[in-house]
Amino acid sequence: MEWLDWSLVSSTIRMVTPILLAALGGALCSRVGIFNVGLEGLVLVGAFAAIVGNHFTGSLFLAVLFAAAASVLFSLLFSYMTIGLKANEIVVGVAINFLALGLTTFALRAVFDVKGAFYDKDMAGLPRLEIPLIHDIPVLGEIVSGHSPLVYLAFLASILLYIFFYRTVTGFRVLAVGMNPVAARSLGLKTTRLQVMAILLCGVLCGVAGAQLSLGQVTMFTEGMTAGRGFIALVAMMMGQSHPLGILASSLLFGFMDALSIRLQGFSLPTQFTSMLPYVLTIVAMFFLKDKNGGASSNQQSAR
Amino acid sequence: MAHRLEMREMTKKYGDFTANDKVSITLGAGEVHAIVGENGAGKTTLMRMLYGMEQPTSGEIVLNGKPVAFRGPNDAIQHGIGMVHQHFMLFGEFSVAENIVIGYEPRKSGFFLRKDAAAKVRELSKQYRIPVNPQALVANCSIGEQQRVEILKVLYQGADIIVLDEPTAVLTPLEVKDLLQTIRNLAESGKSVILITHKLQEVMEVADRITVLRGGKVTGSVAKDQTNVDDLARLMVGRELQQLSERLPLDGKPLLQVENLTVRDKQSLLDQVSFTVHHGEIVGIAGVSGNGQSELLQAISGLRNIQDGTIRLSGVDVTNQSVAKVRETGLSHIPEDRYLWGTAKQESVEENALMGYQRKPAYYRRGVILRDAFRRVVQEWVNRFAIKTGSKQLNEQAGNLSGGNLQKLIVARELGHETPFLMAAEPTRGVDIGAMEYIHQALIEKRNSGDGILLVSSELSEIMALSDRILVMYKGRIAGELSRAEATEEKISVLMAGGSVHGSSQRAV
Repeated sequence: MEWLDWSLVSSTIRMVTPILLAALGGALCSRVGIFNVGLEGLVLVGAFAAIVGNHFTGSLFLAVLFAAAASVLFSLLFSYMTIGLKANEIVVGVAINFLALGLTTFALRAVFDVKGAFYDKDMAGLPRLEIPLIHDIPVLGEIVSGHSPLVYLAFLASILLYIFFYRTVTGFRVLAVGMNPVAARSLGLKTTRLQVMAILLCGVLCGVAGAQLSLGQVTMFTEGMTAGRGFIALVAMMMGQSHPLGILASSLLFGFMDALSIRLQGFSLPTQFTSMLPYVLTIVAMFFLKDKNGGASSNQQSAR
Repeated sequence: MAHRLEMREMTKKYGDFTANDKVSITLGAGEVHAIVGENGAGKTTLMRMLYGMEQPTSGEIVLNGKPVAFRGPNDAIQHGIGMVHQHFMLFGEFSVAENIVIGYEPRKSGFFLRKDAAAKVRELSKQYRIPVNPQALVANCSIGEQQRVEILKVLYQGADIIVLDEPTAVLTPLEVKDLLQTIRNLAESGKSVILITHKLQEVMEVADRITVLRGGKVTGSVAKDQTNVDDLARLMVGRELQQLSERLPLDGKPLLQVENLTVRDKQSLLDQVSFTVHHGEIVGIAGVSGNGQSELLQAISGLRNIQDGTIRLSGVDVTNQSVAKVRETGLSHIPEDRYLWGTAKQESVEENALMGYQRKPAYYRRGVILRDAFRRVVQEWVNRFAIKTGSKQLNEQAGNLSGGNLQKLIVARELGHETPFLMAAEPTRGVDIGAMEYIHQALIEKRNSGDGILLVSSELSEIMALSDRILVMYKGRIAGELSRAEATEEKISVLMAGGSVHGSSQRAV
């Protein structure tokens, strides 16, 4: 099997990053009881803002910060609509997605005066970190070393989120809000504040995910360049049961499919077919998910 | 005894409606004070004001000699008032300990010290003799355990005054006994307890003082030794309670014959259940809910297919027949959950009453329902059962009726079919004494007219008041049968918990 080698693992790790970051953001929302379908839009905004930030400041650090800030701004809109105005979260999420798509396309023309894609050969992408020592170990070095800092940040984020949920008091309360908002409110927990906080943090993660897309994997922005990764992140989140480590595992699976679909294109398989892979997996995954949900709802019954 | 809490002349108005009219109560340390009244008497409003969830229109709350005004539940909790809600405020996926400490978690630099939490809970559990397992997930706890978690939670939060809102409504008889003991323990250790309920037996067992509310006003406030259940009932309802009609001795032919009924869904739900209901007989089925009663009702009414056995109604085999066929053969059915099975909440009172009658020749001609003919019948039910339908009368949305009135509507509808056999499941759940009287009387009258009734209820007092024979279900089987004469609450409780009783015949006729 010549298409299977260690560089595939390395590219999996690269491909998984935006999915993992966005899925963790989605998990934060779902843990406070909000189903955020706007991940796709948030990532797209982040991707565009990263390029803009880089173009005008020339600083990669500021570019990533700018990406996060732009997505947070959109998240603020999302949280105001869903929590402040009590609008349906699905409707708002879909609106965010289309708003992001339209706005970035428009801004692409307004700011850079180009259509379709913006590419600047002088623009620097995110640096590749070569971890000393590990970099020189044959296979391990190839896999682990030489990624953008955001890749490492993504993996770190899933561990940090795990610690947050299951070791800290605030994380415990976040879980409580999502599990039973009425009870949480009756205990005097600041449910609204926790929910907004989670949504904004989701914005940060999605913004960073976008920066990895536009500055880490390539150094350009194209219209709708997220290509459904936000939705895949949503599925990864559900498959991982909104558990940070579960999401890490499911995201790796989708990242692998992403990497595989690119790899298979080199083997004269039609692109349309190979790019279906992650979505086919999504549908297959649903078969395994359905039982779990059924069990949870029947549990609720007895409490009546 | 100095008063720990005083509520003086509390009045709450919603527009023109006065929910509480100059209600005053006092509560001393170590006292158990019961507040009783029918649904809508204003008990809940009073407690919501105490807990800071509603602001009184006028009146004052004095706590330990100082007047206080609570802006919200948090405020009340900080002043040492804890409330155990009727619907538990728990997190199923969290452990018992986590549920108790939430909001006041033991912590160190932001980290949640779960071991300390468990230790504190264990200590508290020992101190007040309220047994719980701190590590267990709440979702896996029984209702009784969940209630203990709620009580420990308010104790953990430092409550001196504990308000229990209808605490026994969801419990089995044995759990009720434990709870009443717990309440006594709490009072002995100096806590004050306010018990809101309409179950007078329990009040007499546990309370020191009793305040009765009716229509938002206090109709009596008495010490326990100076009153009895009948007096309290009179204060609650505002009139003498009627005695149930005499039960005529009847010797009827078999009406419903269930043989070796078996239902499986992955696990066995009903196992070889056999019994008979005769004409002129009420057969009561007791048991902790979830021991197969629901499945039995569904199997008989045709809502669920059975794997083995036969069901004969008036001599006709109705095994695995459709609901329509079974009803046509002679079944009417007061379902156990009036919102899930009994009514369409969005629709009008009239249309809810019509359900099941739409195909009867008297009200149906060439595909058109004869509304006018039917409306008169419904109006008569409304009058006879004193159903309060609200301003729009028969066009009122069923969901806007109070639980008791909706239940009366269902009872009227099902009795109106005049079928020989009636299944009544929890016919008086959440219904106040007045409505309960009506319904019980109606059931007895139906029995005396020679019809058969299968009564399923988790209220032992109801089972014992109405049944000619009592079957106890446990884990999908009939655990025992008791005649009206030999049945005591004790014996039934033992059978319900899976034990066996001397003198109970294990046969099932």
